[in-house]
Amino acid sequence: MITRKRLVAGVFGLLVALTGGSFPAVATADSEPAGKPAPKVELVLDVSGSMRATDIDGKSRMAAAKQAFNEVLDAVPPEVRLGIRTLGADYPGKDRRTGCKDTRQLYPVGPLDRTEAKAAVATLAPTGWTPIGPALLGAAEDLEGGDATRRIVLITDGEDTCAPLDPCEVAREIAAKGIHLTIDTLGLVPDAKTRAQLVCIAEATGGTYTSVRHTDELSERVSQLVDRAAEPTLTPVATRGADRCEKAPALTPGLYTDRETFGEHRWYRVDVLPGQELRASVSVAADRAVNRDYGVLLRASTVHGREIVRGEAAGDGRTDVLSTGLRYPSPDIDDADTDGSGKPAAETVCLRVSNSFSAPAGVKTTPGLPVELSIAVVDGPDEAGDAAFLGLGRGWLFLGLLIVAGFVTGVLWGRLSRWRVSVWRTN
Amino acid sequence: MRTVRNLTTAALLAGTALLGLPGVAGADSPSPDPSATGGGAAAPTEAGTSFRTATAVRPGRHATAQASTGDYLYWQFPADAAERPTVRATVKLPQATALQAASTWRIDVYDGLRRRQACRFGSQTHTVPAGTSSVELTCHLRTVRAWAEPWSGDPLPGAYYVRLTAVRLAATDVGQPLDAALDIDVEDTGGASAVDGGLSAPLVQGSSATVEPEDGWASGWWSTRWLWTAGGAALAALAGIGGHRLTRGNGRPAVPGRV
Repeated sequence: MITRKRLVAGVFGLLVALTGGSFPAVATADSEPAGKPAPKVELVLDVSGSMRATDIDGKSRMAAAKQAFNEVLDAVPPEVRLGIRTLGADYPGKDRRTGCKDTRQLYPVGPLDRTEAKAAVATLAPTGWTPIGPALLGAAEDLEGGDATRRIVLITDGEDTCAPLDPCEVAREIAAKGIHLTIDTLGLVPDAKTRAQLVCIAEATGGTYTSVRHTDELSERVSQLVDRAAEPTLTPVATRGADRCEKAPALTPGLYTDRETFGEHRWYRVDVLPGQELRASVSVAADRAVNRDYGVLLRASTVHGREIVRGEAAGDGRTDVLSTGLRYPSPDIDDADTDGSGKPAAETVCLRVSNSFSAPAGVKTTPGLPVELSIAVVDGPDEAGDAAFLGLGRGWLFLGLLIVAGFVTGVLWGRLSRWRVSVWRTN
Repeated sequence: MRTVRNLTTAALLAGTALLGLPGVAGADSPSPDPSATGGGAAAPTEAGTSFRTATAVRPGRHATAQASTGDYLYWQFPADAAERPTVRATVKLPQATALQAASTWRIDVYDGLRRRQACRFGSQTHTVPAGTSSVELTCHLRTVRAWAEPWSGDPLPGAYYVRLTAVRLAATDVGQPLDAALDIDVEDTGGASAVDGGLSAPLVQGSSATVEPEDGWASGWWSTRWLWTAGGAALAALAGIGGHRLTRGNGRPAVPGRV
């Protein structure tokens, strides 16, 4: 028979699962999580010569950006550490080499002094080149340190003119450092090439791209992105899966990131005690142009290679991630092997993440695709002993059957007792 | 006659008991009535951009978000055993920047382990021509079961993620402003889908927000099947008494030899 301890075990198991070791306590949206590093945001503003163009609500792009910045600076949540970096603000000359190094930090990342920041923005005048790649590298450096979530908001009106450093590659390399950095891009009245480049940058880091034609759109969107950075988020831990189970890293419950190139297999190990249930889910992100059809396979196997259970997903078309998951309740064995201390020995489950993404020719395959792996170990489920709830019945037919059975039993019992009484009387 | 009167009483009792059952079943199901749940947290006005940052939405609330075309919008909601969720999403594109080419929009629903869940019916994917200003998408999910074998993909109690995005979008249409809205209705199927077994904890993991139904997750101990079975037993007992009475006739049983 099944052991039923759901009421108590379920409630406490849930509490443990929600607040215990596997996840950080979930902070409510309005309270700043104590001890959590402050989120960092850097606004990267293009101050190149093309920002003089007057095509946003009858004003110049620069004027629109300044107005939007003022509104954004007024509304920055207090816990956010905000910095501002410019590109193309200082060098008006024709020399490409010098022009392509023209990026500087206008306001350092830290607690915000609104007056100072606004004064700094007011001094800007459209000047030079558009070195997006170097500006992103600079911004990533500005945001270094700590374990906070990081976000770069890039506002530009033109494509990077500083080849061969492709800003899209730069963005992917920054993201591959595993520092939880997201780049959101905004294009001011963008042309097709600018748009493609900005979309590529955003895609490479899991950010968003917005095309801006009005001042209010710009300020609303930037405010939204800054607020988004202030949201408390789980930060995954970087790990590195091995190519075989024996060498794989042992994972405890939590959230992990890794990188996996096209067609690569990555192994991880999780220890599960008898009677516990392993829950794993994996998301493989398509952070670059990939071919139309793709798939992801998450396979749990024993150390000897026997497959226990798998999760698989396939898809096609435009996507950000492809994800799948699995659960494996380890059987609860009474005569479990003990490891000497009286405790049952944990079973090692090998998890393999593989993907069938493929890239069109010309797309770089390194660094690999971002992998997010979520592991949880909870108490095992109550196995079903019957298809229906506790074997209880339901429905009119069931009721009718009970009534008929009861009636027939009553009649038979009545007959039987009459017969017994008459037998007794005759004797 | 006494027997007939007794039988009538039994039938009346049975009728009352039976009529009572659906009433109780109805009271048991939490209705996703917005007015009844309006006292709690406000409806979310933002959407997440990944599973990790998915915004929590309570069923019955009207969630909205402002975003750009091409964004991937994520929400999550709780669904408990025996519930049958329906997800409705609306995308509104401001007229001025309506799409210049045909586009395909889709909602995908994933369970707490990020496994894609099938829609029983509903327009999960919608292809719209250029210039469209509004897209409506619906997904009627399967009934959530309290327990399923690990090898099945059956929906289980826990968080459900909704992803709204354009799966086909012309390059020129990327980055345009859009307003998205999401409504989740949960229909309680009651004891009809109460299965045996249960998870020790709902499938909630790997996300910054955690979702929970308004009155907590079901303990797994209650089902209207208790009422049906108990009611059936009572009726069977009454029927048994009735049947027993029938055999006794009108008075003392006849004694053989005295007739």
